[in-house]
Amino acid sequence: MSHRIVSKKQLSEDVFTAKVEAPLVAQARRPGQFVIISLNNEYAERIPLTIAGVDLREGTISLIWQRVGKTTAELSDLQPGDEIANVAGPLGNPTELEKFGTVVCVGGGIGLAPLLPIAEALKAIGNRIISIIGARNKELLILEEEFARTSDELIITTDDGSEPLAELCQAEPKPDKVFAIGPAIMMKFCCDVTRQFDVPTEVSLNTIMIDGTGMCGGCRIEFDGKAKFVCVDGPEFDGHKVNFDLMMKRLSAYKSAEQKEHERYKDHRCKVSEIKEKE
Amino acid sequence: MTDSERRQLLHDLLQKQENGGLKPRDRYEIPPQDMPEQDPVVRAGNVNEVATGYTETHARIEALRCLGCKNAPCVNGCPVRIRIRDFVVEIAEGRYEQALSIIKENSLLPAVCGRVCPQENQCQLTCTVGKRFKDPTRAVSIGRLERFVADRDGRSESVPAVAAETGKKVAIVGSGPGGIVAAADTRRAGHEVTLFEAFHKPGGVMVYGIPEFRLPKAIVQNEIDTLAKMGVKIVCNFIVGKTRTVQQLLEEDGFDAAYIGVGAGLPNFMGIEGESLVGVYSANEYLTRANLMKAYGYGSCADTPIARSKAVAVVGGGNVAMDAARTALRLGAEKVYLVYRRTEKEMPARIEEVHHAKQEGIEFHILQSPKRILGDQNSQVTGVECLKYELGEPDDSGRRRPVAIEGSEFTIDLDTVIIAIGNKPNPLISQTMPELEITKWGTIVVNEETMATSVPGVFAGGDIVSGAATVILAMGQGRIAAAGINEYLAKKDK
Ligand SMILES: Cc1cc2nc3c(=O)[nH]c(=O)nc-3n(C[C@H](O)[C@H](O)[C@H](O)COP(=O)(O)OP(=O)(O)OC[C@H]3O[C@@H](n4cnc5c(N)ncnc54)[C@H](O)[C@@H]3O)c2cc1C
Ligand SMILES: Cc1cc2nc3c(=O)[nH]c(=O)nc-3n(C[C@H](O)[C@H](O)[C@H](O)COP(=O)(O)OP(=O)(O)OC[C@H]3O[C@@H](n4cnc5c(N)ncnc54)[C@H](O)[C@@H]3O)c2cc1C
Ligand code: SF4
Ligand code: SF4
Ligand code: FES
Repeated sequence: MSHRIVSKKQLSEDVFTAKVEAPLVAQARRPGQFVIISLNNEYAERIPLTIAGVDLREGTISLIWQRVGKTTAELSDLQPGDEIANVAGPLGNPTELEKFGTVVCVGGGIGLAPLLPIAEALKAIGNRIISIIGARNKELLILEEEFARTSDELIITTDDGSEPLAELCQAEPKPDKVFAIGPAIMMKFCCDVTRQFDVPTEVSLNTIMIDGTGMCGGCRIEFDGKAKFVCVDGPEFDGHKVNFDLMMKRLSAYKSAEQKEHERYKDHRCKVSEIKEKE
Repeated sequence: MTDSERRQLLHDLLQKQENGGLKPRDRYEIPPQDMPEQDPVVRAGNVNEVATGYTETHARIEALRCLGCKNAPCVNGCPVRIRIRDFVVEIAEGRYEQALSIIKENSLLPAVCGRVCPQENQCQLTCTVGKRFKDPTRAVSIGRLERFVADRDGRSESVPAVAAETGKKVAIVGSGPGGIVAAADTRRAGHEVTLFEAFHKPGGVMVYGIPEFRLPKAIVQNEIDTLAKMGVKIVCNFIVGKTRTVQQLLEEDGFDAAYIGVGAGLPNFMGIEGESLVGVYSANEYLTRANLMKAYGYGSCADTPIARSKAVAVVGGGNVAMDAARTALRLGAEKVYLVYRRTEKEMPARIEEVHHAKQEGIEFHILQSPKRILGDQNSQVTGVECLKYELGEPDDSGRRRPVAIEGSEFTIDLDTVIIAIGNKPNPLISQTMPELEITKWGTIVVNEETMATSVPGVFAGGDIVSGAATVILAMGQGRIAAAGINEYLAKKDK
């Protein structure tokens, strides 16, 4: 099965989006689910990416990714017409969509990608949506227009979003539900806030994965004191029961090694482009 | 024995056989032929196969040890009933092709089984020669002989004949040994067969779990290539239950029957404190990173990292634990401990693998088990606290139950812990198929004569039916299921 990149766009300095042929995945996918991709059969890493949207007519899925390490950098260098060797999915459980009433969607950085389809779906079934979207700085903010279109109220921040969230929670009536997706530290702060106000909060976790089918346990987190596998039990969880500190430690398990790999890849790219320039 | 002494021995034996025959007494005296293997120190530093295989001389001498028993008790020990006596006699005569075709009547993957079958509990357990020495490891080395003839054939590219197309479609879910055999046998009957695999590479545990140094990946790939040549369509990255459900395959995609061979891949954890610390792996994760993702090449060619540990404890006593321990050693660990609750006698691992592990320098900690895993402020593992055990009364399985000795806690310093205490079935398929009957352990219930499940047209086999078992059992069930499917489809015609 071929997974051709049909189109590709750069959304900010390090964020890209592409439409990729994957008709079966597109057909089966529901909001909240992800795919695992890898760029070749022998030596590539398998990485999870959320399915940000689908086009059933074209048989494509949209991916949005942030260039953080070797694999996402390599992916960013692919062009329309190139193939992604492996795309497997859709994985994970779909978001449980319900009419909650007022829902606050807090998204940070690349977390805005998985948040958007959820916000859209929640809106479509009649929820009032307040979105708090943020990134480290304004240049890194993505999907602003899309969130503006989907939300009844839009708050933009350059912080982790917990402050405006606290304000919303203090108001009467307080929100019925919060969805928070972004860096682990952001989700942790948001959960610290909503816990105080007893507002149920759903988070989507981005642990390191391999198979995505429950087979390795690498994606496990501590939830309510017990081990859960993000790929099959999640990726969404009741944020009030997640041990974020431990999850963050597990996320950085390979940090220094991976930084080296990424540097090596960047060096290699520079050399390749130098050679090309000379020719 | 030197090579020339060995050749001389074979010469003498053959002469004797011609002149008046080898009496059983003579045969008992023939020294069992050890398998040539890489030096333990050298091999601990590479990922190449440990046992390098018999030469012709080894094989023929070993085959001459067989008494040719009338009732061939060895055959009853083999789950797929290979005509062992008959193929061994062919080897003794130097007729290797005939030997291979006898094996292939019952086993499609002799190069695999010859390497990984727990022979000492199966065919070699019931062999008369082994009985005489009261030691199944001194029986006729049936597995090694199987491997010998299979490897010789490696170069010939025979593709099994396929019957005329029937127009029927069969879906095989999971590409482990059971799936491979089921695909081959249904394809041979002329059906249009598609093999679906969740991973990006087919082969099941044989590629992601069992390491290269025990089962070279090229052997498995060769079998997959043969399937492709027979016309089996192989679709990777396809997770049945997620990408499409079994019902969709049957009702919407035109498949007439399905075989479910998804294995028992879900790792068990111990449920002790510290199990989510950084540096704690399931054996599945560790082995998948190392084998499938080739993490041993991280930094030079592979993109998937793995902990480069100094001191590692592997918890468990099965093949999986041995594989993880020996992989850790090859990834550069200075100390590898194997921590097991019972004694070596109860270890489910193959004797040969235990022997190899010890030879390579794995330290066995028997009658011990972790109580909790210790970590530092960065949640990085720093050690395990273990309890000592003694053996008590036998439990349901007949093995003596390990009992913790109170107050016997002690600590081992290390940076990596690998948990290898068994796997259970993945519920992905049963969750999306409520009408599929399963046991309380999550294994699929089948009719053992046909491997048919409670859902018409759906068959199952391998670890998803028997729980974590063996390659040969999975193959055997794949074969029965294929026969069941072929029969079901023949009837469906009318
Ligand atoms: C269910 C799920 C959905 C995801 N969806 C998206 C998405 O839609 N878009 C997107 O850009 N990313 C998403 N991620 C995160 C993405 O998988 C990682 O960014 C990717 O694996 C990094 O690979 P790399 O080789 O480029 O970087 P690596 O070299 O592997 O890592 C670079 C740096 O990122 C850190 N890192 C590694 N894995 C993750 C992770 N899972 N999350 C956060 N940091 C990590 C490492 O510690 C390291 O510091 C998702 C993760 C999960 C589990
Ligand atoms: C490390 C290790 C060492 C072992 N050593 C030995 C040994 O020495 N000797 C021995 O006899 N046995 C050994 N075993 C056991 C043996 O490998 C298994 O019993 C055997 O492989 C089971 O075969 P199977 O046909 O059930 O499929 P498996 O080999 O389990 O393969 C199942 C396949 O199905 C795929 N799959 C799962 N879910 C889905 C889905 N939903 N859709 C599509 N595909 C799916 C999986 O990715 C996998 O490739 C070992 C096992 C392990 C883990
Ligand atoms: S398949 Fe396994 S059990 Fe059967 S004869 Fe061969 S080695 Fe022995
Ligand atoms: S039982 Fe042993 S000696 Fe007898 S036929 Fe079988 S392999 Fe040969
Ligand atoms: S990614 Fe392997 S179990 Fe979740």
